[in-house]
Amino acid sequence: MVDRPLPRPSPLTEPFWNAARGHELHVQHCQDCGHYVFYPRYLCPDCGGDRLEWRRVSGRGTVFTYTVARRPTHPAFADRVPYVIAVVELEEGPKLTTNIVGIDPESVSIGLPVQATWEDTGDIVLVNFEPRAR
Amino acid sequence: MTGGTAAIAGFADIAPRRDTGDTTVMGMLSHLAHMTASDAGLTMRDVDGLVVHDTGSAMGAVVLVEMLGLRAGFVDRVSHGGATGAAMVGRAAMAIATGLCHTCLCLTASIQHRPFRGYAIVDSSPTAEFEEPYGGSGPNYGYAMIARRYMHEYGLTDEQRALVAVQQRDNACVNPDAIFFGQPITVGDVLASPMIVEPLHLLEIVMPTGGAAGVLVTTAERAAHLPHAPVPVLGIGEHVSHWSATYAPNLTTSSVKPSADRAFDMAGVGRRDVGLLSIYDCYTITVLISLEDAGFCPKGTAGRFVEEHDLRWNGDLPLNTHGGQLSYGQSGIAGGMSHVTEAVRQLQGRAGERNVAGLERAFVHGNGGVMGEQASLILGTR
Repeated sequence: MVDRPLPRPSPLTEPFWNAARGHELHVQHCQDCGHYVFYPRYLCPDCGGDRLEWRRVSGRGTVFTYTVARRPTHPAFADRVPYVIAVVELEEGPKLTTNIVGIDPESVSIGLPVQATWEDTGDIVLVNFEPRAR
Repeated sequence: MTGGTAAIAGFADIAPRRDTGDTTVMGMLSHLAHMTASDAGLTMRDVDGLVVHDTGSAMGAVVLVEMLGLRAGFVDRVSHGGATGAAMVGRAAMAIATGLCHTCLCLTASIQHRPFRGYAIVDSSPTAEFEEPYGGSGPNYGYAMIARRYMHEYGLTDEQRALVAVQQRDNACVNPDAIFFGQPITVGDVLASPMIVEPLHLLEIVMPTGGAAGVLVTTAERAAHLPHAPVPVLGIGEHVSHWSATYAPNLTTSSVKPSADRAFDMAGVGRRDVGLLSIYDCYTITVLISLEDAGFCPKGTAGRFVEEHDLRWNGDLPLNTHGGQLSYGQSGIAGGMSHVTEAVRQLQGRAGERNVAGLERAFVHGNGGVMGEQASLILGTR
């Protein structure tokens, strides 16, 4: 059995994973240009500003695109097929890669309203998304 | 290319220290990028070229592009030990002289810990940290998500995608070196092949093979005195925008466009002037989006385009006459180079039965990552 790949947080990314442990979604917010930034950066990719502060965001978004993996994309996911890998666009703007859970994969569609839900893997808590009421 | 057209306009240093603290190489490079541009009175918006050293990760350069938010016409990674810094400036000067970019950062950084911590603070890869835990390993899922989004925006059908695989297989059936030589397929075969990552089927995805491909480039003057007909490099273009599809500036309009535009502009030829397309084809969707963004058909019409044109070696617009990587085989990094060697073979009239008649110019395109790293060539017979 191959282990599931799990994040190894760095000083830059630790605040994200610390917040996830408390079931909160935090992303960086640029105090210079106002953009939300994901994944974590040293400087804002929009304006170059270095005043990036961590902010709690809504956890609400929509499915921007997705695929249903019918064959495992990694050996550790062999017993999970079919599963949905998706890009979710958060209400605050940033996009992130995630799994869509709590729904039959056949029923997922682009534009589906979703909200963050948490998957405990031990030391790391991953953020998945599940359908929400519109 | 003319000499003396490039000049150094700014610089920055982070002074040596015995302990660099909690920062990482990518952190230092990020700050150095802004310090260097700022010294020259510029911002990242003005920068369209990047040369960086080997950061210890195969995708270090493109991830730095993504982290800095650059849209770069030229990106290179130089690994010449103590000669790296000077060699970087040489490469930047060449890129500027050819017009690939106007403003290029050349950056180096190293971290140091004292006392030795027993471990190094290494950069976490954004892919390893924010994609792989969700099954985001390998390129399949990214291209599948591009295909899904493209179908949502433009209404492409499964049959239209399959047609790309079918026509390239027909080409492979006249190339004895192709891995699928002698094995023609139909649209029905493609759609009946196992679903791997929706909407992509097995026969829409390259099969890994082993092999090699290389070319020799010399001066036109010397080439004229060598055994085979010279194939002049008439135009080149590059564009690098992102590593992960999730952070692509646009998922369905790719960096192929600025790369191809630059190559055609440099060559001074139009799309109708090329008689062979040699376009990177890791997946069927890659070919369709590349055909549009390289300017061969309007955005959103590639599905109809492949229905209306015969893309085989003897058709009205030959595409990937060796079979493409889909049917010739993808020998790792040599897969992309096979599009170059096939174009040269064709232009030199050495492609045998499948040689395109009267061919004068070819468009060659390479695609890296998940549509985020592009390079284009216009090759000719004179």
